[in-house]
Amino acid sequence: MKKQNRFWIAGFSLSIFLAVVVSFYASSSPDGLEKVAEDIGFIETAKESANADGVLADYGVKGVENSRLSTGAAGAIGVVATAGVSTVLFLSLRRKNRERK
Amino acid sequence: MHIPDGFIDIPTSLAFAGVAAAGVAISLKGAKSSLDEKTAPLAGLTATFIFAVQMLNFPVAAGTSGHLLGGALAAILVGPWAATLALTVVLLMQGLLFADGGLSAIGLNVFNMSLIGVWCGYGSFLLLKKLLPKKKTSIAVAAFFAGLLSVPAAAAGFVLQYAIGGTATFSVATVLAAMVSTHVLIGIGEGVISALAVGAVMASRSDLVYGYKGVKQVLEVRSQG
Repeated sequence: MKKQNRFWIAGFSLSIFLAVVVSFYASSSPDGLEKVAEDIGFIETAKESANADGVLADYGVKGVENSRLSTGAAGAIGVVATAGVSTVLFLSLRRKNRERK
Repeated sequence: MHIPDGFIDIPTSLAFAGVAAAGVAISLKGAKSSLDEKTAPLAGLTATFIFAVQMLNFPVAAGTSGHLLGGALAAILVGPWAATLALTVVLLMQGLLFADGGLSAIGLNVFNMSLIGVWCGYGSFLLLKKLLPKKKTSIAVAAFFAGLLSVPAAAAGFVLQYAIGGTATFSVATVLAAMVSTHVLIGIGEGVISALAVGAVMASRSDLVYGYKGVKQVLEVRSQG
């Protein structure tokens, strides 16, 4: 059980580090689909997301001027939210006893 | 790879949302029988890690970037059912919280990344595992190629959607050629990250790796005989 916890904490810490610190250095070039859409010419058919004005839109926290802080905070929120939702989901799905198939 | 609103018309988006919902429903059933006390927390951790790494766009060619999709990686670590669900949670978070991927396009994105990415990645992983020597290191090697293949496959999913309900009128062949060639490059990055991550878990907790179970069973049978 302890081994299990240690592994989980290590993985979670790595995820936080990547989303909060490393994410600032991510390439801001368009991704594969955006680039293809630009090159071929159908990028204009894209519409703004209905929640493009959301507090966390485009991986930044609205109102935080410092882009390193803004991206980092958005990353932290995303990691914690994903961990919370997915852990609750998977724990509720798991087999409670090993005998049952 | 996250499709915004507008690229694909609404009827097509709805149809793919239906297929995606069916895939997720089946995966909920499948995950119930494949997850236990030990693997359920790993499935949550896998979704979390994929969310984090998807933020890390890496440059692939002049003015183009790509990021991990994670379908093959998740399928190898926690099995294809839980992987489908993990990717779906990530896509929902991205669409709902971060406006990454359109809301009307969620079904399209789940179809491409949670269904095609996971199942194509898992299928090619199983095939490679059969072909490669029955060694621990083969799992990471298979993860590389499974990751590599899963990205252009998911990109081809977009082309299918474009062919059915694209709002632009550029030829499907042009879009297919551009999407596949660009995403083979991104696939190399996907393969490297998948192999590193699977390799790290194999080195520390190989007992947790879903895709390694078959190999272990073969070894056990032999040692008994």
